[in-house]
Amino acid sequence: MIGIVDYGMGNLLSVYSAFDYLGIDVTICKTPDELEQADRIVIPGVGAFKDCIGKLHSENFVSKLNEEVLVKKKPTLGICLGMQVMAKRSFEGGVHEGLGWFDADVIKLHPNDPALRIPNIGWNEISHREGFPLFKGIPQQADLYLVHSYYVKCNDPQNVVATYDYTYPVTAAITKGNIFATQFHPEKSQDFGLRILENFLNWNPANV
Amino acid sequence: MSKKRLIPKLQLKTSSFDKNRMVLVITKQFDKVIEIGDAVSQAKIYQDQGADELIFINIDRQDKDIEKLSRIIRKVSEEIFMPITVGGGVTTEEDFRVLLSNGADKISVNTHAFRHPEFITETSEKYGAQCVVISIDYKKNAAGSYVVCIDNGQAETDMHPLDWAIECEKRGAGELLLSSIDRDGTNEGLDTDLTRQIAEAVSIPVITSGGCGLAKHFSDGYQVGMADAVAAGTFFAHRDQNFMQTRSQIRNAGVNIRLFT
Repeated sequence: MIGIVDYGMGNLLSVYSAFDYLGIDVTICKTPDELEQADRIVIPGVGAFKDCIGKLHSENFVSKLNEEVLVKKKPTLGICLGMQVMAKRSFEGGVHEGLGWFDADVIKLHPNDPALRIPNIGWNEISHREGFPLFKGIPQQADLYLVHSYYVKCNDPQNVVATYDYTYPVTAAITKGNIFATQFHPEKSQDFGLRILENFLNWNPANV
Repeated sequence: MSKKRLIPKLQLKTSSFDKNRMVLVITKQFDKVIEIGDAVSQAKIYQDQGADELIFINIDRQDKDIEKLSRIIRKVSEEIFMPITVGGGVTTEEDFRVLLSNGADKISVNTHAFRHPEFITETSEKYGAQCVVISIDYKKNAAGSYVVCIDNGQAETDMHPLDWAIECEKRGAGELLLSSIDRDGTNEGLDTDLTRQIAEAVSIPVITSGGCGLAKHFSDGYQVGMADAVAAGTFFAHRDQNFMQTRSQIRNAGVNIRLFT
């Protein structure tokens, strides 16, 4: 069973529907204990960093997530803000501490061309690490959908498995052990997105 | 670099035959509403044709029931895996929550934001700027000046759309959706002048709409109007337009949009 972390914000239905569409047993987990039943965990995210991490704390998800993801090493997918909260800290609206799973900061997009928009909304061509199992069947420069003003800047380049060009390479996906996280929205990226979700279901990080 | 977006705009109103249902409609100059069918099946067709996003707007002047609107969005998002913007009658943070939890990605606000600009900041801080789309309807008034219109285009204000656009960005809007009332449903082409003025004045993405009748109108919107996205209702819904062909024509004009092989 796939467990989607519900910390009471944003659009969970799209992520749920996408897994459901793929024929997968998926549950929206409103309490931390429900995550124990999940084989795989999805942390979605819409909204502001401060509210997201605040909710994860106030709903007591943080220690349970640390146990299920870091100790039990369940395959885990973060999406958009769900990826950003995995960083050490974010500079969105002040400085806020994240889950600290990645040695990374969340900082504002800073394109070198004033004509480029912030937030960046739309379909961007993604370059990804050849052979990485989550991108199986996804051509290089495939269009994936993102909508964000802040991005994850990793201190360890080994964590970065995909980028897109916004006058400089912006982190599009990161990984570490059993964790995979995307700035783009696979659940909103039509066929390529569904393929990535399918790859996540088949991902066995213990074998890597 | 984000590609330029092509966005079908699905306008909804309560069906004249069944008050519990919302149907797809087209309009001309925000008037002359014609019911044309089912929004969910039309949305699926747009997805298959490779639309980049969908916009759903409840344009019913009497019925602004958010629950009724959210039921349609829920049905759509159970079957469609692409970005969805929803609006029409949004006045509270609870409306945001209800629509987002039923599958919307972005919420479009128009009249309420104009009357209560602090609402833009409140929702932007809570849900993130990327979630807050401010919809600006405008026309030229009797004196020939551009003015923002609210209440489904019924009420003229004395605010210039450019000033309002800048104010929206300042208050935390993440995107602007411009609609020319004068050109709505006329097939005469977009208002590229005003679109360009606004696109150059703000750094958030600008969607422009109203008047597309030819593929060239879209490419003009991107290349002359400098818009990030062009939305159209009548163009795709009323005529038997081949979306893929329109796309190729836009691409051939040199616009960087998604193309499917």
